[in-house]
Amino acid sequence: MLQTAQRQSKTKKPSPPHERFLEAYRWMLLTRTLEEKLVSLYRGGLITGGVYIGRGQEAVSAACGLFLQKGDIFAPLIRDQAGRSAFGEPLLDVTRTYLGSREGPMRGRDGNIHRGRPQDNQLAMVSHLGAMISVTVGALMAKRFKGEKGFIGLACIGEGGMQTGAFHEGMNIAAVEQVPLVIVATNNHYAYSTPNDREFACHDLVDRAIGYGFEGYSLDGTDLSACLEVIGGAVKRARAGRPPQLVVASVLRLSGHGEHDDASYVTEEIRREPFARDCLKVAEQTIADLNLADAKTLTEWRKEAAAKVDEAIATAQKEAPPEGDKEDWCAISVRDLVESPE
Amino acid sequence: MSITYLEAIREAQAKLLRDDERVFIYGQDVGGTFGGAFKATKGLAKEFPGRVLNTPISEDAMVGAAIGAAIEGMRPIVEMQFADFSSIALNQILNNAGTHYWRTNVPVPITVRLPSGGTKGSGPFHSQSMESIYAHYPGLIVMTPATVEDAYTMLIEAVAIDDPVVYCEHKYLYYHLKADKLPTEGVPTGKARIAREGRDLTIVSYSAMVHEALAVAEQLAGEGFEIEVIDLRSVKPLDTNAVLASVARTGRLLCVGESFPWGGVTAEVIARVAAEGFHLLDAAPQRLNAKDTPIPYHPNLWSAHRPNAKEIARKARALLRE
Ligand SMILES: Cc1ncc(C[n+]2csc(CCOP(=O)(O)OP(=O)(O)O)c2C)c(N)n1
Repeated sequence: MLQTAQRQSKTKKPSPPHERFLEAYRWMLLTRTLEEKLVSLYRGGLITGGVYIGRGQEAVSAACGLFLQKGDIFAPLIRDQAGRSAFGEPLLDVTRTYLGSREGPMRGRDGNIHRGRPQDNQLAMVSHLGAMISVTVGALMAKRFKGEKGFIGLACIGEGGMQTGAFHEGMNIAAVEQVPLVIVATNNHYAYSTPNDREFACHDLVDRAIGYGFEGYSLDGTDLSACLEVIGGAVKRARAGRPPQLVVASVLRLSGHGEHDDASYVTEEIRREPFARDCLKVAEQTIADLNLADAKTLTEWRKEAAAKVDEAIATAQKEAPPEGDKEDWCAISVRDLVESPE
Repeated sequence: MSITYLEAIREAQAKLLRDDERVFIYGQDVGGTFGGAFKATKGLAKEFPGRVLNTPISEDAMVGAAIGAAIEGMRPIVEMQFADFSSIALNQILNNAGTHYWRTNVPVPITVRLPSGGTKGSGPFHSQSMESIYAHYPGLIVMTPATVEDAYTMLIEAVAIDDPVVYCEHKYLYYHLKADKLPTEGVPTGKARIAREGRDLTIVSYSAMVHEALAVAEQLAGEGFEIEVIDLRSVKPLDTNAVLASVARTGRLLCVGESFPWGGVTAEVIARVAAEGFHLLDAAPQRLNAKDTPIPYHPNLWSAHRPNAKEIARKARALLRE
């Protein structure tokens, strides 16, 4: 029997182990530091194409990456730097891709957030929202075919992407195939400039879980403790063979859609909502309140993050860009089958 | 013993499932005791438990799942119930499978089978030929087998190829074509085949239209013309050299395709011959496609919509007179 959607009780909030909290916080911090730097490079005209950041979503994303193990499949999307890093993406992959180095996984062939290392289970998103859900399902089916055990997949999506046909097909096929999948949907209240009331008309997106045969959980995405608890719980249940899990986190996107966008359409009223809090500040408050780390340690961590980011940027900046006349213009791997009409 | 084009497709899949544990078949109604809308997988679910799987009506997710499985080392075969419905999966095929190797260096060995082309009474949504659309996009191999032998060996090769393959099987040929036995070896993908030799005119074709062209060649032989018929076999890669070599022999070119007339395979062939073999031509190259309307339901309209032997013969005679 498929399970019914459940709501997370908002009253009960056991603290996760402090180490895990601090580990997640450091991925959030690294991400915030990295993305602020990318933004300034963009403003300085040093990045071609867009810059898309996850400001305000780092807690949700870090929790996603943190609970994944080697051999799990991760399908991150546009605002998942923290999760990508926590799952093992080298910082150099980010800076090389943004700065157009010919090194790195994308080699100038794709940019910004459209990157991954599928051979290391970091799927490389296509822009078309919703498309990566079924791809994750297929990767999990393959692992099952191959007799692997104990793995899960985690795919991220925004509330905007949840409205595509591909997302619907992906959810349904995940449940039909009963793969160990966690979908973490982050409702940041805008799809580009479109507010929730023009995106969907249901009472709560988590209610959709039951309709697909998923178990559903809601989450205050500004609260790192809650993120660790709820996403950690979903991962654990998926690993234990429960039905696919849907987590719907509520946050506000604390940036433009991309850095070209001033987000002037975000209303003052919504900025005062509890979900508009900055998860990084909330986490720092928790650290202070519970005395999890002292101010000196935090300063050290900030410095360390900045140094790592600076190094990754400096390295990528020194590297040569790809060149049109030296490029291997070949879209297939079987060389014998290449044709190149002039 | 004789074996049909459809049986060859089934046999190829049986062999693939037998020989390669990475292979599984994924599609609507392919499993159980049913074996697919056209029975191309009949009996396979029973013979290979857990590897011939029915899917929901979710073309996007079927192909998406195949892509994910292929990235993880499997060799999925996706059956579209009809080629026409692969439009729902265009995004996954073109934007995901087709870009993946280029973007990430990781190839995506999926095979998508498209029961293609017209049969009487099938109408606008169960008759389409989509090869030109898939061939237009980078990163895909597009096969269009015209014989029982090719249906068999090319499907086996499609699964062996590390890149995504769109395998366009023609529904009209399913029961109409028969061979005595299945071959053990095939012509390599990317090589065209001379289906009939001649020296007065080259007709380039593929899939079911090869047989219309052969009928015309036979008919015009009675009028003293020797027509060479080239079967492209795969439209991507397209064997330009074989076409040019034939045009060098005949000096005249007619391209026949069943899909819509705007752009497409026939236009591509003519563009290449005009660019690379202009000096070989004794007359302006011609092409014949279906009409630029949706595909009609009624047999009278349907047979007038697609290129038929009569039309091809008319066009061929006009070219031969020039
Ligand atoms: C299928 C599709 N249509 C349109 C776009 C263009 N687009 C990119 S991001 C975006 C908004 C996405 O909103 P959401 O899914 O909520 O994610 P968020 O950006 O808020 O994190 C749009 C419309 C796209 N990438 N894919």
